[in-house]
Amino acid sequence: MTGRQRRLLRLAMPWLTLAVLLIGWELACLAFVVPEIILPRPSRIMEVIVQRWDILLRFCLETLWTTLAGFVMAIAFGLLLGLAVGASPFVYSGLYPLLIAFNAIPKVAIVPILMIWLGIGALPAVVTAFVISFFPIVVNVATGLATIEPEMRDLMRSLGASQWETLTKVGIPRAMPYLFASLKVSVTLAFVGSVLSETVGGNRGIGFLMLSASARNDSATTFAGLFAIALMGIGVYAACALVEQRMTRWAVRGQPSR
Amino acid sequence: MASEPLVELRNVSLAYGEGRERMVALGDATLSIEKGEFVAVVGPSGCGKSTLMKLVTGLLPPSTGTVLVHGREVTAPIPGVGMAFQNSTLMPWRTTRDNIMLPFEVVAPHKHRLRRHRAEYEAKAEALLASVGLAGFGDKYPWQLSGGMQQRCNVCRALIHEPEILMLDEPFGALDAFTREELWGVMQKLWLERRFTAVLVTHDLREAVYLADTVYVMSRRPGRIVKRRTIDLPRPRTLDTTFEPGFVEIVHELRERIQMEHA
Ligand SMILES: Nc1ncnc2c1ncn2[C@@H]1O[C@H](COP(=O)(O)OP(=O)(O)OP(=O)(O)O)[C@@H](O)[C@H]1O
Ligand SMILES: [Mg+2]
Repeated sequence: MTGRQRRLLRLAMPWLTLAVLLIGWELACLAFVVPEIILPRPSRIMEVIVQRWDILLRFCLETLWTTLAGFVMAIAFGLLLGLAVGASPFVYSGLYPLLIAFNAIPKVAIVPILMIWLGIGALPAVVTAFVISFFPIVVNVATGLATIEPEMRDLMRSLGASQWETLTKVGIPRAMPYLFASLKVSVTLAFVGSVLSETVGGNRGIGFLMLSASARNDSATTFAGLFAIALMGIGVYAACALVEQRMTRWAVRGQPSR
Repeated sequence: MASEPLVELRNVSLAYGEGRERMVALGDATLSIEKGEFVAVVGPSGCGKSTLMKLVTGLLPPSTGTVLVHGREVTAPIPGVGMAFQNSTLMPWRTTRDNIMLPFEVVAPHKHRLRRHRAEYEAKAEALLASVGLAGFGDKYPWQLSGGMQQRCNVCRALIHEPEILMLDEPFGALDAFTREELWGVMQKLWLERRFTAVLVTHDLREAVYLADTVYVMSRRPGRIVKRRTIDLPRPRTLDTTFEPGFVEIVHELRERIQMEHA
């Protein structure tokens, strides 16, 4: 294979695997005569997506909006908390066990509480997306700060730099690749959060659409919702990966040009 | 020479770790450095040379003994030093020029002037880069430079803010013999112009004799100072000087003393 062919094949790989998967699914459904209510065939799901795209799109946008709102809150909060945890051993030993405990709580359990506090609507979904997605950001930013080379600290100290100067000139730039790496994980979690909240109880978003469709035994629409979520997930993941690539070119270092 | 020395170490020792981990890296160093003196420290690997550097600048507190600078005891990092660490500490997210300009952002009074006089400071950085043979590399990132180029940047950053005390920890270790000898000349010229106080750690005895006024030889770990040799060869010294009998003799003398440590 030439280099060009290899590159093309690599680009085509995800589509090929997807195609194989869908065709296998379709054939399996046909071969075993699976009823649509249990597992609709992919071709049926596509049909529904094409037929009801306007409704799907509307609910998708609602979900996307709540997810991103929660995600932005998670970035701001996670960054600040991560800096504090990474920079101060006292904050670290004080907050870290609590954070881990909080992260271990299944978020399904808190959605009903959020509904009592915040009512029904966008707000509980935003908050769920937020609480589920800030943890990886905190951990990563704190790791970035805590793993600064001692030589780098010595350098700053020898120049008489203040704690603040060391933080802004070494700590934050050093933590950035860790932050951007965590965003990819975190944004997908944010989707889990908002859809979770919508399915537990809500009146909007793709989760609600799926819930009401399955109540009507409309499995095809439920699966169409799943596809839509996966699609949005890939979209925001790719956006985060792109931002990461742009912002932290130095962390990847120079690769020989090909 | 009646004035008090700029740096004075009195029976300084340092141990890393505690309990069973405890290990004495530097045992009982006593030395004094005059203002404007160029000192070189040589000794076997692991004998505590880098540790000595950190003690002088207050990055490490001594386990016993006292370190005095300007006659005052050192308890915290002292101002007015430039350090070139043994491991490159260039920041990968900054270009070479921005790396070199770091001291301007942190050290007073430069940090208050930097914003308004940026062009002037940048010109300074460019000139310094050019003097070590790195003209035109200001916009490159450190990881785009070779190991030897990074070391030269490391040295530039240590001296750009014209510190009173310059600490160089094996600054030319990764360079080929020719570039290295060229940089001895650059270093000597800078020193003759500015007359800062310099402490140079090196494994190269010719480098030590070429550059220094005084060479200290350290024993194996735990390091002690076993020999002090003043070099009174006239300056400026040139590469020809290094082939003269007087120079060669001193190098041999030092080599013999160090070989005793390895025996
Ligand atoms: N941070 C540290 N923690 C524990 N031990 C250390 C530390 N730094 C140095 N040491 C130990 O102290 C001793 C002296 O180290 P130092 O770096 O001062 O040696 P050196 O003379 O600079 O050696 P080289 O010529 O190889 O650079 C070594 O044996 C090393 O193992
Ligand atoms: Mg060393």
